[in-house]
Amino acid sequence: MAIEVRIPTILRTYTDGAKQVEGAGSTLDELITDLEQRHGGLRDRLVDGGGLRRFVNVYLNDEDVRFLAGLETPVKDGDTVTVLPAVAGGDR
Amino acid sequence: MLTIPRDLHDKIVAHARADHPDEACGVLAGPAGRDRPERFIAMLNAERSPTFYRFDSAEQFRVWREMDERDEEPIVIYHSHTATGAYPSRTDISYASEPQAHYVLVSTRDDEQAEFRSFRIVDGEVTEEPVTVVE
Repeated sequence: MAIEVRIPTILRTYTDGAKQVEGAGSTLDELITDLEQRHGGLRDRLVDGGGLRRFVNVYLNDEDVRFLAGLETPVKDGDTVTVLPAVAGGDR
Repeated sequence: MLTIPRDLHDKIVAHARADHPDEACGVLAGPAGRDRPERFIAMLNAERSPTFYRFDSAEQFRVWREMDERDEEPIVIYHSHTATGAYPSRTDISYASEPQAHYVLVSTRDDEQAEFRSFRIVDGEVTEEPVTVVE
C-alpha cells in the first residue's frame, strides 16, 4: 500500500500524463520530496520558500491541509492526497 | 468557439447581476471530452470582493470530485468584473489553471447591458473566441 496522489491536468506534464501517482512519506513534506525523485519539478509547483504555495489547494482525503498542519500534516499508507490549483482572479 | 445554451448563458448573467458589486464566479460542467456545457454550478466567491474572486477550497474539492464521479470536466469557468470590462486581467491570466476550459468574463459595469465574452487562456496566452448562444 502506498499514498495515492491525484494530479490536476495542469501538472500532468510532470507525471507523463498520469492523473494519479503513488508516493511514500510520513508527512506531506516527505511525500512531496519522494514524488520529486520520480517527477522532477513537481515540488517547485507546490512549495515555495514559505511552505505550500498560496494558490494551490492540497487535500488530505477530504480536508484542505491548510486546516490541518500544512506541510507537516501526517500522512500514511492508504491516504489520498489531491492537488487542485486554486481557481481565482480579479479585475487587475 | 464557445457554444452555449441560452438558459446557461442567462443564468451566468443573472448570477453576475445578483452578486454585483462583488465578483460572481462559477463553472459550467459537461461530459468529459465533448466541449458541451450542460450543468450550471454557481460557486461561492470566498473573497467576497468587488475586485477579486476565489473558489472556496472545500467547495471546489466537492465540485471537482462530483464532476470526476460523473465523468465530467469544467467546460466553462466564469467570473464577473464589476467596474472594468469583460476581458481577462493580469491576475485572471496568471491563475488560469484549466487549459481545456473556456474562460467566460461578464462585466456588470453598466446597469442595463451586461458584456459576455469568452476566451481561451493557455500558457499565459489569451485568445478571444466567438460565442454562439443556442436557443
